[in-house]
Amino acid sequence: MTKPMTIAEKILAAHAGLDYVEPGQLVQVNVDIALGNDITAPIAIKIFRQTGIQKVFDAQRIALVSDHFVPNKDIKSAEQAKMLRDFAKEHGIVHHYDGGESGVEHALLPEKGIVLPGDVVIGADSHTCTYGALGAFATGVGSTDLAATMITGKTWFKVPESIKFIYNGRLRPWVTGKDLILYTIGKIGVDGALYQAMEFCGPVIDGLPMADRFTMANMAIEAGGKVGLFNPDEKTIEYAKARAKRPFTVYKSDENASYAQVVEFNAEDIEPQVAFPHLPENTRPISQVGDVPLDQVVIGSCTNGRIEDLAVAAQILKGRRVAQGLRLIILPATPTIYAQAMESGYLKTFLEAGAVIGPPTCGPCLGGHMGILAKGERALATTNRNFVGRMGHPESEVYLASPAVAAASAVLGKIAGPDSL
Amino acid sequence: MNIKGKAWKFGENIDTDLIIPARYLNTSDPAELAKHCMEDADPEFVKKLSVGDIIVAGKNFGCGSSREHAPIALKAAGIGCVIAPTFARIFYRNAFNMGLPIFESKEASEDIAEGDLVEIHPSTGEIRNLTKGRTYKAQPIPPFMQELIQDGGLIAHILKTLK
Repeated sequence: MTKPMTIAEKILAAHAGLDYVEPGQLVQVNVDIALGNDITAPIAIKIFRQTGIQKVFDAQRIALVSDHFVPNKDIKSAEQAKMLRDFAKEHGIVHHYDGGESGVEHALLPEKGIVLPGDVVIGADSHTCTYGALGAFATGVGSTDLAATMITGKTWFKVPESIKFIYNGRLRPWVTGKDLILYTIGKIGVDGALYQAMEFCGPVIDGLPMADRFTMANMAIEAGGKVGLFNPDEKTIEYAKARAKRPFTVYKSDENASYAQVVEFNAEDIEPQVAFPHLPENTRPISQVGDVPLDQVVIGSCTNGRIEDLAVAAQILKGRRVAQGLRLIILPATPTIYAQAMESGYLKTFLEAGAVIGPPTCGPCLGGHMGILAKGERALATTNRNFVGRMGHPESEVYLASPAVAAASAVLGKIAGPDSL
Repeated sequence: MNIKGKAWKFGENIDTDLIIPARYLNTSDPAELAKHCMEDADPEFVKKLSVGDIIVAGKNFGCGSSREHAPIALKAAGIGCVIAPTFARIFYRNAFNMGLPIFESKEASEDIAEGDLVEIHPSTGEIRNLTKGRTYKAQPIPPFMQELIQDGGLIAHILKTLK
């Protein structure tokens, strides 16, 4: 009889060549995809070159995406992106994205079918956990770990304990995956799942579109989680099959698998959420936000820059104007999303509303460029972090919310939900 | 090899944007990164430091981004080690890979005050507060990891063993 396992344990066991693993066990695993970006890959490339090794383990299984400081904001960042370009050419890296082919990595890789259910993915970017939405064990590492995997195709993990989050009931109007994950982080704190696997289940999750699942998995790291996992269902398989260019395996948690903790929420209790500065755990329901005037609103990022997010924003902005004196910046996360937004007429709606439409880039999310805040300014963003100085001046503020709240707030000039329009 | 230095205190959830803001990530040069270490928490921090000083912080130190620039900046600024009750997992892994020793101790984190002189024995996990005359306990650093730290991190260690 085989012992029950969680989805996290099953994927790690399969990639370690073992029948069974349990929390706390150290395992060496084969990596399906190793990812780096224009901030983290340059260090990994330098390390790779230092070792004198001539070949990467598999040119098909490394993804290099220039997305953070693109289009290059200065000479230094241009040189970093060039390092990726040169390395990709030298080693025949298949999945190198740059210029008009590039997009925000965690929106781009699933969209292109590069990451698939059942995969082990390591990325030198903390939001690599996004791919947990597909039922992949995907987690962020540093550049040194990336370099080691580029050489060997392997990495090591301590098998994490799992926490099961069950969402019961039915979603209230305007409540999205972003609100569910912000609410969850608000309840358990920014270290509530430290070193652990978060597994999202329950009737609300079963009904949730893929876009919302990506948003939730994306922010597992904001609770300290190692991965944020969804058990694949028909929606996952349909999404993956439409994009996959290689076979994949679906793993699901056994019903009697053991968890460090089971946390249950009732969706009826969950309003649209806003995370106040300077931690994602400082959440408040929209009804208790009070009067918070804004200088800037940003819609985009690996958390909420997908076409579904832009569709909600367009629905709210249609026939309305951005408040006087407020800057609304919209960044479609990939070129495909950009094209879809154009064909659907969303871009016209955004322009008519007075928004600035930027290229696919991480840009202002990490205070890189394209929407930096001055001293004392306040922004609401659909991004993932609101740390001190995250979007610019150390004395600026970032509030986190869903695209619906962001669009409504842009119109009203202060934080508000769509019901206030 | 023991670590000895003056303690600098920080709060809970010190994130990687605070350790090294993203606006400086257009380089990976350690000396350049060191100049801006903890700048948004205390612009004078790097100037006030002496080589070998230690950071004593609250829970979940290093949360946020996977940027290895964070432990690189701390190490290049001269920080001898970091003590906290817990570390964010990517930072935990990166710190050792970069050769920056870190110790988990809630007791030490709470009891050590800014300016206290602290001595840490990595092989026993003993943290001695020389100012207060008290001793706290953390997990010892195993011999292979101590060797890795002494070699200057994972890659330097691998290169040495390849020779």
